[in-house]
Amino acid sequence: MPVERLGGLHLGRGEDNALEEEVRRGILLSTLDRGVRWARKQSMWPVTFGLACCAIEMMATGAGDYDLARWGMELFRASPRQADLMIVAGRVSQKMVPVLRTVYDQMPEPKWVISMGVCASAGGMFTNYAVVQGVDTIVPVDIYVPGCPPKPEMLMYGILRLHEKVRTEGQFK
Amino acid sequence: MRAAELADRVRAAYPDVVVARDEVTVIVDRSDLLEALTGLRDEPALGLDFLSSVTATDWPGRSPRFWVAYELYSMTHGYRLRLKVGLEEGDPRIPSVTPLHPTADWHERETYDFYGIVFDGHPALTRILLPDDWEGYPLRKTEDLGGVNTRYRGAFIPPVDKRTT
Amino acid sequence: MSATDTSSSFDPTDASPSEHLRQETMIVNMGPQHPSTHGVLRLLLELDGETVVSCRPIVGYLHTGIEKNCEYRTWQQGVTFVTRADYLSPFFNELAYCLAVERLLGTEAPPRAQVIRVMVCEMNRIASHLVWLATSGLELGAVSVMLYGFREREMLLDIFEAVTGLRMNHSYIRIGGVVMDLPPGAEDDVRGFLATMPGRIKEYEDLLVQNPIWIERNRGVGVLSVEDALARGVTGPALRAAGVGRDVRRDEPYCGYETYKFDVITRTEADCYARFEVRLEEMKQSLRIIEQCLERLREPGPVMVEDPKVRWPAQLEVGPDGIGNSERYIKHIMEESMEALIHHFKMVTEGVQVPPGEVFQVVESPRGELGFYVVSDGEHRPYRLRIRDPSFVNLQAVPGMVEGGLVADVIAVIASLDPVMGGVDR
Repeated sequence: MPVERLGGLHLGRGEDNALEEEVRRGILLSTLDRGVRWARKQSMWPVTFGLACCAIEMMATGAGDYDLARWGMELFRASPRQADLMIVAGRVSQKMVPVLRTVYDQMPEPKWVISMGVCASAGGMFTNYAVVQGVDTIVPVDIYVPGCPPKPEMLMYGILRLHEKVRTEGQFK
Repeated sequence: MRAAELADRVRAAYPDVVVARDEVTVIVDRSDLLEALTGLRDEPALGLDFLSSVTATDWPGRSPRFWVAYELYSMTHGYRLRLKVGLEEGDPRIPSVTPLHPTADWHERETYDFYGIVFDGHPALTRILLPDDWEGYPLRKTEDLGGVNTRYRGAFIPPVDKRTT
Repeated sequence: MSATDTSSSFDPTDASPSEHLRQETMIVNMGPQHPSTHGVLRLLLELDGETVVSCRPIVGYLHTGIEKNCEYRTWQQGVTFVTRADYLSPFFNELAYCLAVERLLGTEAPPRAQVIRVMVCEMNRIASHLVWLATSGLELGAVSVMLYGFREREMLLDIFEAVTGLRMNHSYIRIGGVVMDLPPGAEDDVRGFLATMPGRIKEYEDLLVQNPIWIERNRGVGVLSVEDALARGVTGPALRAAGVGRDVRRDEPYCGYETYKFDVITRTEADCYARFEVRLEEMKQSLRIIEQCLERLREPGPVMVEDPKVRWPAQLEVGPDGIGNSERYIKHIMEESMEALIHHFKMVTEGVQVPPGEVFQVVESPRGELGFYVVSDGEHRPYRLRIRDPSFVNLQAVPGMVEGGLVADVIAVIASLDPVMGGVDR
């Protein structure tokens, strides 16, 4: 199953590639590209896909104490057509799989997926018939946030890593 | 003690009574189930009118194989009583108690979903917690736990029921 | 939406056009992914315009197989599984499980452990009601209530984190007691919480109790009569709002609840507004109980039974990297006593051995009567574990409450019932 490896804290890694990309594609397009990528990460709206205990921590992250509004993300869109980020928060049961895939397919490009909690990332403590052992078997995942449930600070760190990824590795399509 | 007192009152009508850990368990046959529940509810001294839970346990290799347990509570007197019915392996059918206790609706659907016990007379006996096209009855002891091997640091660790250590 | 019949028999000058209009009901899925259904609940609604003709709840989108999984784990590991069933009231799941197993074993937790259990459970009740208030307010449009509710909940979660190490799904209440005593300073935190909370509850009352929109959306909506409630097996605030004063803490007391002074709140209107009032009052009663707990916690004492065949073998304490075995204990088992090492090994890997039997233990969770049916066959693992979750049973009452009403009332009804899908589907 495909696993996206972020590596260590090489936040500048994308910058080396970006320089080559710029030279190849010309300065105008790459500046536009940088602007688009910056805009995408500035206000990424999540779709409400809270399933279980992690959903409560996600709501706590969006509430007053750990505020997601500082990154423009407090607005959880109910409709996937208006969202660009899906935070799969909680255990995904077998019955939920087609729903998960349908909601993912309904999201317009570009879209990203954060798998929040160990249950979504790898099945968690529930290695049994009922829980899907990792949502990366169903949708491509960009960031895995472990924890049972992850503290809001952990989820925020995952979101910030996603923002870094979007800012440095995206491509103008 | 309340459990012993309740057991004495019940024993007259239903002789198969067990008292353990401050709880009263009455064992009846499948054919007497509805009559017993009606009797326990209508007897003014007992008044066991609230059904808390319907569930089953699987004892493969024993006869009877399935034991269906009904937890009753009396709103007026505060008694608790458990009613158990044994079902054989080849014949897991039992009358549904939804005419008497409508709350048994979803409990019986769940028991059917997990064990394959058919409740005759249930308004809509379909799967409730598992997908509608699921095959098998997972909570039976003869079924596996399921799940996949977990890859961790190069090793493949099987699910709990398959581990040999 | 009705389909207009545009065939040739339509006469625009006809005074009663409704006979020519073909009325069809629309089947709408209030699907598992929805911002307002309190989790992954799917409602199949048949609508005639805005009126709900029939409603069918479909559950199972969060089925985790906890019951089967516990059959393959030791008794102590069961606590970590069971705590994630009804994830908004984890302490209640743990408490009911541990009480059931202790009944099978024939032991009882020491008094200080009982007081700590009562205290954390009542704090959990307040936390759960706060999430209910926050999400109900959000769903009915009162968005600021969401922020206030979570602000108070953070205070509670800080206390939980200090005491148990985790904000949710704590695994703190274990077989034989609780895993560790309260850390120094926890009681002052609780006292601080008790001082601020009544003022905050007053804020909610000021915001909502006489709010005309809140009253309009909740009063008279989702009426559940006493007969319907009892027939459907509904318990908890929904039943108490219908007038039946049923509370397991008073009727079948556990953990010493018979010695605490608290009121069982009832109302008679049996609508959403009555359930709202019942839950608000219950928060105040929980504060009363917590205050009484703090009084009793002045005397020190053990928090785990002494019986070596039951108690967790290690002396746990907070170290540099979290909760772990104390240095003294590690020295004891590694250097001093071989029997202690073997005993520790056996207790941790095999666990408690519970004599055969079966038990049905009920506690009063924030949603109603939470029951655990535990069967043991003398082994180191549960033979059967059934969780009688209150939300599972309460959801059966939804069609009766909703049919004949408006679609918007469906949201209010579900919010007032406060189901938690983790408990429904387990």
